[in-house]
Amino acid sequence: MTAPPTLGMGFALAEPARGGRVEFQAVRKAYAGRTVLDDLSFSVKAGEKLAVIGPSGSGKTTILRLLATLDRPDGGEILVDGESLWNEQRGEQRVPASEKHLHHMREKIGMVFQLFNLFPNMTVIDNITLAPVLTKRMKRDEAVERGRGFLLNVGLADKEHAWPDTLSGGQKQRVAIARALALEPQIMLFDEITSALDPELVEEVLNVIQSISRDRAMTMILVTHEMGFARDFADRVIFMDGGAVVEEGPPDAIFGRPSQERTRTFLKKIIAAGYDLSGPIA
Amino acid sequence: MSAHSWTEYLGLMAQGGIVTVELTLASLAVGTAAASIAGLARISNRAAVRAASRIYIEFFRGSSAFVQLFAAYYLLPFAGIYLSAFACAVLVLGLNIGAYGAENVRSAVLSVRRDQYEACTVLNLTRWQALRRVILPQALPVLTPLFGNNAVELLKATSIVSLITIGDLTFQAQLVRFQTGDTIGPFAVILTVYFVLALAIGAGTRALTRLSRRASVTVTR
Repeated sequence: MTAPPTLGMGFALAEPARGGRVEFQAVRKAYAGRTVLDDLSFSVKAGEKLAVIGPSGSGKTTILRLLATLDRPDGGEILVDGESLWNEQRGEQRVPASEKHLHHMREKIGMVFQLFNLFPNMTVIDNITLAPVLTKRMKRDEAVERGRGFLLNVGLADKEHAWPDTLSGGQKQRVAIARALALEPQIMLFDEITSALDPELVEEVLNVIQSISRDRAMTMILVTHEMGFARDFADRVIFMDGGAVVEEGPPDAIFGRPSQERTRTFLKKIIAAGYDLSGPIA
Repeated sequence: MSAHSWTEYLGLMAQGGIVTVELTLASLAVGTAAASIAGLARISNRAAVRAASRIYIEFFRGSSAFVQLFAAYYLLPFAGIYLSAFACAVLVLGLNIGAYGAENVRSAVLSVRRDQYEACTVLNLTRWQALRRVILPQALPVLTPLFGNNAVELLKATSIVSLITIGDLTFQAQLVRFQTGDTIGPFAVILTVYFVLALAIGAGTRALTRLSRRASVTVTR
């Protein structure tokens, strides 16, 4: 692999995305009889930064859960780089994805959770190296070496040997981000990653996301309530309500002059709740 | 009344005590293996594996250990299977306690929060890798106190083996009783011995629990 081009000032330009295209085609999902996604269709280009916003219960998180193979859709098709996530071809027949197929597909996808989901029984560095060692058959020394690099990326180089329960929420979330990055996914999913954080810890996490998004050509899908950040970070914003896409477009259009009444109502409520839509996160 | 005092038989009862300890430890080994296998099988994603485990558990929990012991000792030979009395006892007691332990293993594994499983899925670990490196280390500290309970139950249950001619603590006490006509003496002794053994198991379990808390963080290496 060749080194990415640099601008001579020490920062690298993101390499062009190798892959990471996502397509939802008429995807349906219900939990316990309640429809959450209703013939949902949208697509994400390779390397695109997408923010998904909408009221709770609108199906935002479900999108990520289906894509992360945590839940199986009831109908429709999800394609990753043109390949079906939940179905596979066996001879002439199209059959539900086997565990093997899912393993293969998961190599492209990483996810960061609202509640971090760190492993409490391992130190920070072991949290990060576990999966590369087990799933990529990486030597432990190499995995540790690389893991340190990812910790540096998220500003936690000194926490290598710390236990998760000694960290603040913001630090935990940054470790979780480093852990996900260590598998070098082409698609990263962020599920309301600042919702469980104390307000003063939100910024450090969002800053990390911002810098990752600048440096890497990954596709990133971010489900969030941080409207200011969504506006800043995203190439495109999707507003969802009732399990369907109500409106999508560039951030300035969605936040500045939304065309749909439902979008306007939602944004008004968010502003009334004290969120700042205006600009870069302060 | 016999001329002999029951205290002359203390050596005999000590022998019985050793048999009881041996029996408990051997059955515990069988039981632990059975509980681990059946407990994990209970949460397998294969229906046949789950069903097999269920049948084992229900059978051993749902019938009397006493009857199982008789069946193993007196009926298995008709099926061409000849086991020593000790082997029969270890098998029956072990499988019995294993059936209870299996439910403990299952509930301990399920006590680990769902988000841990989800993190494993997203990190693309196999089910087995997730279980071994993430789930079991966290389930272990939950499991060890339950394991201790079962071990004490097992210790007490060993007394039924006296019925198939094994010279355990209870068997020897009965023997002394028949020889000397004294009931209170020998039974007071074995009551104390069982109690002390149970205390020892309790102490062992607490040590094991402390250890498992520490092991749960190092076992992942």
